[in-house]
Amino acid sequence: GKNEYDLLVIGGGSGGLACAKEAAQFGRKVAVLDYVEPSPQGTKWGLGGTCVNVGCIPKKLMHQAALLGSALKDAQHYGWNIAQPVHHTWSVMAQAVQNYVKSLNWGHRVQLQDKKVKYFNMKGTFSDPHTIRALTKAGKETIITAENIVIATGGRPKYPTHVAGALEYGITSDDLFWLKESPGKTLTPFVFNVSLECAGFLTGIGLDTTVMMRSIPLRGFDQQMASLVTEHMESYGTKFLKRCFPTKVEKLESNRLQVTWKNTDLGTEETDSFDTVMWAVGRAPDTGTLNLEKVGVKTNSETGKIIVDASEATSVPHIYAIGDITEGRPELTPTAIAAGKLLSQRLFGQSSELMDYDNVPTTVFTPLEYGCVGLSEEAAVQCYGSDNIEVYHAYYKPLEFTVAERDATQCYMKMVCLRESEQRILGLHFIGPNAGEVIQGFALGIKCHATYPQLMKTIGIHPTCAEEITKLHITKRSGLDATVTGC
Amino acid sequence: QEAAKYDKKVMVLDFVTPTPLGNSWGLGGTCVNVGCIPKKLMHQAALLGQALQDSCKFGWQFTEEVKHNWMTMTESVQNYIGSLNWGYRVALREKKVTYENAYGEFVGPHTVKATNKRGVEKLYTAERFLIATGERPRYLGIPGDKEYCISSDDLFSLPYCPGKTLVVGASYVALECAGFLVGLGLDVTVMVRSILLRGFDQDMANKIGEYMEEHGIKFIREFVPIKVEQIEEGTPGRLKVIAKSTNGNQIIEGEYNTVLIAIGRDSCTRNIGLDKVGVKINEKTGKIPVNDEEQTNVPYIYAVGDILQDKLELTPVAIQAGRLLVQRLYAGATTKCDYVNVPTTVFTPLEYGACGYSEEAAVEKFGEENIEVYHSHFWPLEWTVPSRDNNKCYAKIICNIQDNERVIGFHVLGPNAGEVTQGFAAAIKCGMTKEQLDSTIGIHPVCAEV
Repeated sequence: GKNEYDLLVIGGGSGGLACAKEAAQFGRKVAVLDYVEPSPQGTKWGLGGTCVNVGCIPKKLMHQAALLGSALKDAQHYGWNIAQPVHHTWSVMAQAVQNYVKSLNWGHRVQLQDKKVKYFNMKGTFSDPHTIRALTKAGKETIITAENIVIATGGRPKYPTHVAGALEYGITSDDLFWLKESPGKTLTPFVFNVSLECAGFLTGIGLDTTVMMRSIPLRGFDQQMASLVTEHMESYGTKFLKRCFPTKVEKLESNRLQVTWKNTDLGTEETDSFDTVMWAVGRAPDTGTLNLEKVGVKTNSETGKIIVDASEATSVPHIYAIGDITEGRPELTPTAIAAGKLLSQRLFGQSSELMDYDNVPTTVFTPLEYGCVGLSEEAAVQCYGSDNIEVYHAYYKPLEFTVAERDATQCYMKMVCLRESEQRILGLHFIGPNAGEVIQGFALGIKCHATYPQLMKTIGIHPTCAEEITKLHITKRSGLDATVTGC
Repeated sequence: QEAAKYDKKVMVLDFVTPTPLGNSWGLGGTCVNVGCIPKKLMHQAALLGQALQDSCKFGWQFTEEVKHNWMTMTESVQNYIGSLNWGYRVALREKKVTYENAYGEFVGPHTVKATNKRGVEKLYTAERFLIATGERPRYLGIPGDKEYCISSDDLFSLPYCPGKTLVVGASYVALECAGFLVGLGLDVTVMVRSILLRGFDQDMANKIGEYMEEHGIKFIREFVPIKVEQIEEGTPGRLKVIAKSTNGNQIIEGEYNTVLIAIGRDSCTRNIGLDKVGVKINEKTGKIPVNDEEQTNVPYIYAVGDILQDKLELTPVAIQAGRLLVQRLYAGATTKCDYVNVPTTVFTPLEYGACGYSEEAAVEKFGEENIEVYHSHFWPLEWTVPSRDNNKCYAKIICNIQDNERVIGFHVLGPNAGEVTQGFAAAIKCGMTKEQLDSTIGIHPVCAEV
């Protein structure tokens, strides 16, 4: 018989909702399935996916809370009479953040309704390439058929199941943003941007926070920048246990947690107690209950992610996948949204435009933010050879830090260019306040194949931090002091 | 500093004629002493005041009533400026540039007379000269203006809190100062003769004005002061301002502690002996016309910065022009300063960053049917929790339909507008089109992704 829907999207997150809403614009019959399996600790949330509920949004808001803590300290230097020290109340912040997130959940539901997209709060499983068996929490079943199906179920945090007590006593980012009470003294083992960002704002709001890392921070990012970021966090007050990995977590009588770890440098075993242990081991694609094998959708044997081609098509015709669930794609909201929109435009709108995953800018919202676009220095060297690239760099001091007497040691930027005559820009890296705002426009420039001479012709806006990018002229090769002086 | 790199014998003459109220400052010019630098720091102080209010919603607790201390802020700002003055003197010395704190004026071909504070005169000759004397605030020319009013030359080092302030003018200087003064808790009124931010995109200018009004700044429109009287002496004292309507005969009076005049700036070109060497200036404006290599009508005399006719009055433009000029003179370079698509930012309470054409200018140049304007309001994520305005921040780009929808104008109203705009300016320099803009992925969640 005929399929009930033109498009069924499984997963109501950044990618899924964007795809569904775009398809609806073309007058198509669209449905979205969204279901949140509670975390091991029992946390769950509404429509909107990771970004809205347990990702970018609450993360940035809590980061802002921490930044405001620094602003309060700065304010004194600028003449504001505040009695120090100032205290932070977790529950006030958490409630405000959670309320805002809930308003977004609501907003998404209203939008779907306005655009006449059918929303099912159900978990979906494939019966055949055009049929999904959907179950409510109570177990009630609905069969849905669709001409095209898009899988956008995203990922969930992994637990280091080999560490005893990890699952029972630890939490993840899924839980952190929904805690009603302060996490207290916190340990975050392993290091992906999520854990650094969380450790950063937890320190900023006054909590005793420790990051434990086995090897390198921010794997996949430019390592020079990554170490500047962690250096700053150390001077900011976050404790680091380097080259250590946890072996077990036990609950004490006081209800606190005792963590035992191995220090690979000293070859010793150490312990300490914490109120909260938040795992940030990485995320696993949420494909477990989809029954992908039934319909033959191929996944990567190592990562478990769904394999797609440049048009987001899976190995099965009419089944597509976008967002964090896809293999080889950046795990970012804006790329998922763009991919979702373009997919709908190709399916229903006569477009043939494919998603361009090159030069996607991103920002790590650590206490001193790090924004970047393009290649890391290591990647550029590997790709072109160190003789063929030129790295321009500078240490600078944001004007606002001067009066506030803040340390700007890690405020740094570098531009990686090809050395040949045109000097095309391969990568741009910036550490400093508002890194995201700074990098965004330059990402655009790089999309337009910006070259170093073009950037030098651009006049700076004064006084900003971003203008320093247009003034970069000391190369690493020269060995000269790269500290910016004067106006 | 650039010329010294090429082993040229260089001298800098810098002299600050005190303000009518006796204020003066060190080496570095307007930007460092009475412009961009202190302005941005005081703007930051005001922003921190806002941050204090926001922080309660984010869980920070402190006694609700927090007051601002003008002296603490001003002292910190002045100390920082002092370090910059010092830094410049050291830099000049290290680069072996001779510096004289003296007033320079031409007395004959290739000859300048330098008079220091004590009246001692010296004569210097040079192969080439660069005039970069900049500007000073203009006064109203009404009774009481120079005796009782202050200008931006005085504000940033004012040794007492200005109190209830009347700002006269609608330039970006006027609006920026009014903006941070109200942010520090002062009672501020702005008196405007006609429109806000003349020369800027008027759609954006009005939005800035609206925002400022909603945030406590009073505007008196279509009036000009005709007299300022002193009611009481003091620091600050009390002043009476009498103003007349620009359309009609209505007269109003008001009482203020401080009157800040910010109606424009005049070039320092009238008393430096330009007539003695034949350098032509625009008699009306005082500005110096130059060719595209910053050369005046006298071949060995050049000019850069705020005094140039038809060029932008911005620090980075002056710096770029100066550097490139020297590279052309002494290093065989040919690059000229590119004055097109220079980005700028107005640091009002809601910041405004712009690059390229205003909407009016684009319509005039290309015709309304040939341009497309894309626009959007946005709500910065950081404003959600403290429930700040959700429909004030705004961004628009203006595209030239006939040229592949090339972006010819970029305007954004929102926090950190300068940081946001800088990168877009670079992209515009690369000839960015709307399609390229659309295909660039946003960073999430930041304002710039809009």
